[in-house]
This record gives sequence, structure tokens and C-alpha cells, in this order.
Amino acid sequence: MIKNILQLLENTVELFPNKVAFGDDKREITYVEFLKNSKKIGSCVASKKVTQKPIIIFIDKTVNCLEAMMGVIYSGNFYTILDTKTPVERAKSIIDTLDPIMIITDEKNEKKMSALNIQNIEVLMYEDAVDYKIDEETLKDIRDKQIDTDILYVLFTSGSTGIPKGTVLTHKAVISYTTWVKDTFDINENTIWGSQTPFYFSMSITDVFSTIITGATLYIIPKMYFSFPVKLIEYMNEKKINSIYWVPSALCIVANLGTLKTAEFESLQKILFAGEVMPVKQLNEWIQKLPNAQFANLYGPTETTDICSYYVIDRKFENDESIPMGKHCNNCGLIIVDENGNEILPTKDKESKIGELLVRGSFLASGYYKNPEKTKEAFVQNPINNSYPEIVYRTGDLVKYNKRGELIYISRKDYQIKHMGYRIELGEIERNIYGIDKIVLCACIYDEKEQKIVLFYQGELEIEELAEEANKRLLPYMRPNKYIKVSHMPYNANGKIDRKKLKGEM
Amino acid sequence: MDELLKILNNVKPGVDFEHEENIMEDEIIDSFDIVTLVSMINDEFDIEITPADLVPENFKSAKTIYNMIERLQNEV
Repeated sequence: MIKNILQLLENTVELFPNKVAFGDDKREITYVEFLKNSKKIGSCVASKKVTQKPIIIFIDKTVNCLEAMMGVIYSGNFYTILDTKTPVERAKSIIDTLDPIMIITDEKNEKKMSALNIQNIEVLMYEDAVDYKIDEETLKDIRDKQIDTDILYVLFTSGSTGIPKGTVLTHKAVISYTTWVKDTFDINENTIWGSQTPFYFSMSITDVFSTIITGATLYIIPKMYFSFPVKLIEYMNEKKINSIYWVPSALCIVANLGTLKTAEFESLQKILFAGEVMPVKQLNEWIQKLPNAQFANLYGPTETTDICSYYVIDRKFENDESIPMGKHCNNCGLIIVDENGNEILPTKDKESKIGELLVRGSFLASGYYKNPEKTKEAFVQNPINNSYPEIVYRTGDLVKYNKRGELIYISRKDYQIKHMGYRIELGEIERNIYGIDKIVLCACIYDEKEQKIVLFYQGELEIEELAEEANKRLLPYMRPNKYIKVSHMPYNANGKIDRKKLKGEM
Repeated sequence: MDELLKILNNVKPGVDFEHEENIMEDEIIDSFDIVTLVSMINDEFDIEITPADLVPENFKSAKTIYNMIERLQNEV
């Protein structure tokens, strides 16, 4: 019986012991070596005789970090990866919430960690832990007591109040989800991932854990290479990377720097993306470059491990169309409800009403760590089931069905505004603006105080020109009241457009 | 050189770019910042930095960036 992600890792090690599991720009590690190091770290942590407790990993995105992750799991505890560039205040807030029994760091990051001035928490150096003797008996004993609803990791998201929320993910959720990834995108021992997303971001679960369960290989792409696309493509070709799962911003950077015109990808076959809306213009440039590759748009929040719906691109899209979110993942249930909690169903050849998306099933997180109030708000009884207890997650995202019965993302519930008495989805304004030729990127923000729709944009056209074009496409009450041209969009740590920062700039 | 330092300080305020020798490796400039930096340099110096010029060696310090700008200006 599979109850623990490590069983799947051990299974892979038996099948492909000498295959490269992970690599960064400094080193590569085979599955058998990876397992050995994870067990050493696990045995070292287990010598403290504590299980089911949080441990912080303060290591940057390297093979070391992956070994520490598995090491913590071997010890019967669970991890939170702290961004090594976390501002002091955020780090404090996360540590206060977690109350971890230990912090694991390595020599490279030790100095940064001392700058956070963390007190009264034991620090374990990676270099010492990986030198520890494997204690198979203790590890076996720990495994014996574990169940599949034990925590695997806690992942912190920003939270609208500014206080980070720690989403609790279990072995069961991660195993269910990554099994879907493997089956749907045919991930196997021939897959070579080029990883872009940080390990403290839910998207990394997809490439990291689908690697572990299948015997694939994952190369960490140095962040710097996204500034130097020629280098990036050289690296991808050298490592024979055939699959990527990036945020749209990363795909857009490659397209916007003009790289796609000259570069040749020698191995790339699968391009998956999620995290924000992918602009159609840049997607089409990618498709033109790689017409035979598979492209898929994935959608989901951290609370559904990573993804709950997906759409494999199978037709041509115009710049002002949206790429569908598609349909539910296998073994994951989606419900759309209107304001009164009534279910909205797809109707043949007709667009449906807009409603909030709810998710049910095994991919779901168990709630927020030490935060019963927020848990109660988001994890609720299924409104269309009054027969037995069944928890669903409220995504806070507004969606609808299109004429083909595919799900279409509209916007965050918070982006739905009331302006001059009209209900407006800011995402719809953005989609229309993206239909204008010279627009590279745009973001629409509502200024509640002034009651103004403000459009930030990047692109080679003047405000008057843009406003004129926008007026041709938007209903009068949806037209932005103010346009702000920026030389570039600000991005947050996850690589998404930083809307909070834009709001601050108004 | 002064114009370049002004641009760099605009992209990332509060950094001593005159003495910074490892702009990229020290992660002073984010991957996402480079798009801005390139377009600002292109506009200010009336050059076109192509993907082939976007290599780490050219972006180590203000001096290496400036050398690249001068080279591209001479090519025009």
C-alpha cells in the first residue's frame, strides 16, 4: 500500500539507481546517492526523537535543498522552505506561526540566516547532517507509524491581510496530485524537466514530485539565465531538457527579448504553464517556434496541491481570446456556484453565468496551519451536499463555462469591482487590451478611493493611441479612467505581475 | 558613464554600482529587471542590444556594460 511519498522514491531508486535524479549548475546526483543523502539527513534529524513537528529549511534552490526536504520526511517530520531572500518581518511571522523544532541550512546560506536573528531554535548544518550514519532501524520504525494524512509540507502564501498563511499538504494530497500529473502528461524516466519555479512555490511540486515518482530527471535552471536567453537555451540544449513548467512571465521574457526568432530548442517537447494568465500573443510566438510541441494551460491554487483544472491547447487563439482553464483533473471535482450557493452547469452552445469555483477531492490541502479562522472561511461544507460532511475549498476565483463547455477564468473575486453601479471584471478589461497590437503586458487595478479604473501597460504606443483603441473594444463603463505607461511591469518573488506594488504606485 | 549609472540606479535604487563587480551573481539585478534595463539603455544610447549581447560577461559591472554600449555604438 502506498501511504508515503518516500515509498515511491524508494521504488524509483530500485528501478533506476544510477540515473541522474537532480542537477543544478554545480552538481548532479543519481537516485541511489540522492536516497543515501536523504536517509543520512533523516537519521540525523531522527536522533532528536521528535516526529510530526515543523522544520524550516533555509537553503536556496539547489540539490542540497531537495535532499534536506526528503531528509525531513524520513525523520517523520514536515518541512517549510523559507525563501533565503525573505524579508526579516515575513520570516518572523512564518517562524512565529510554525514554532519549528529546528532549522536546516548550509554553509552557503548560513550568513544570510544569522541576519534574520532567529533565537532559541536549533540549527542543523546540511554538511553535518549529510555526514551522519544511516540508522535504518529508526527510519523503519518511523515509517511504520506514519499514515497518509500526515503532513508532508506547509507552504506559505501571501494572504490578503499581509500575514502569511501556511497551507498544510499531506502525503495523500501530493501522491494523488502527482499521480494525475504523471498520467496526464506522460511523465516517465525519459522526461527531463527544466525547473524555473522556486521550491517555496506550489508550482514546483509538479516537476519535483513527478520526477521522484517516475524516475525522471530534473535540472534546476539558474535564475540568472532568465536574464540571458542565449545562455538559457544553451543550458536547456546541453541538458537535453524536454519538458518545462514555467510561469507565463518567464515564457514572456524569452519571447519579449526576441530570443524565439533566432534560438533553436533541440529537445523541448512539453511546455506547461500556470500561475497567472498567459498572454495569447506570446503564447502564439512560442507555438510558432515549436509547432509540434505540447502546450497546456494549468490552473489551481496552493490549496489543491498545485492544480485542479487543465487545458491542452488544441486550436488557434486570437490575441483577444482567453486560453481556457479547460476541465477538471481526473480524480478532482469542480463545482461552480452563484452568489446564492446554487450550482451553475454548462449549457449546450451557450455561455454560462459567472460564479465562484469550488474544488473537492484528494488534492485538497487540510487547511491553514494554526489558523482556524482562515481555514473555516476557505474550507467549507459542500453547499450542494446536505447529506454528509464533505469539505470543499473556495478558490475565490470567478469562472464560467464557454459555449464548448470549457471553463474560462474571469478574475479573482476581489478583482470584481462595482463601478458606477456596474459589476466589472478587471480581467475582462485586460483581455480586451491584450487584443491591441503593440501591447506587451497590461494590468488593470481599481482605485477604490478615487473610484477610477487604472490601466498599467507596457508597449510601444502612446496613451492617446491606446485609449482610442480601447474605446473601440470596451463598453463605456468598462473604459479605464486613467492609463499609466510603464517601461516594465514589476514582478513579485513568484514571478507574477506585482499588483500590490502597482496599486502603491497609483 | 554617468548616464548609465543613472539608469542603473533607476532600475535598482540604493546600490553602489560604481564599485559593484558582480551585478548578476550577487543577484542585485533580478532576471525580470533586465528587460527594463535593456530597453532603457537602448533608448538612452540609441543602440540595439540583441539576444547575442545578453551574456553574463557583459553585465558583470557598470564598466562591462559601458564597454558593450561603446562597442555597439561603434558598430552603428
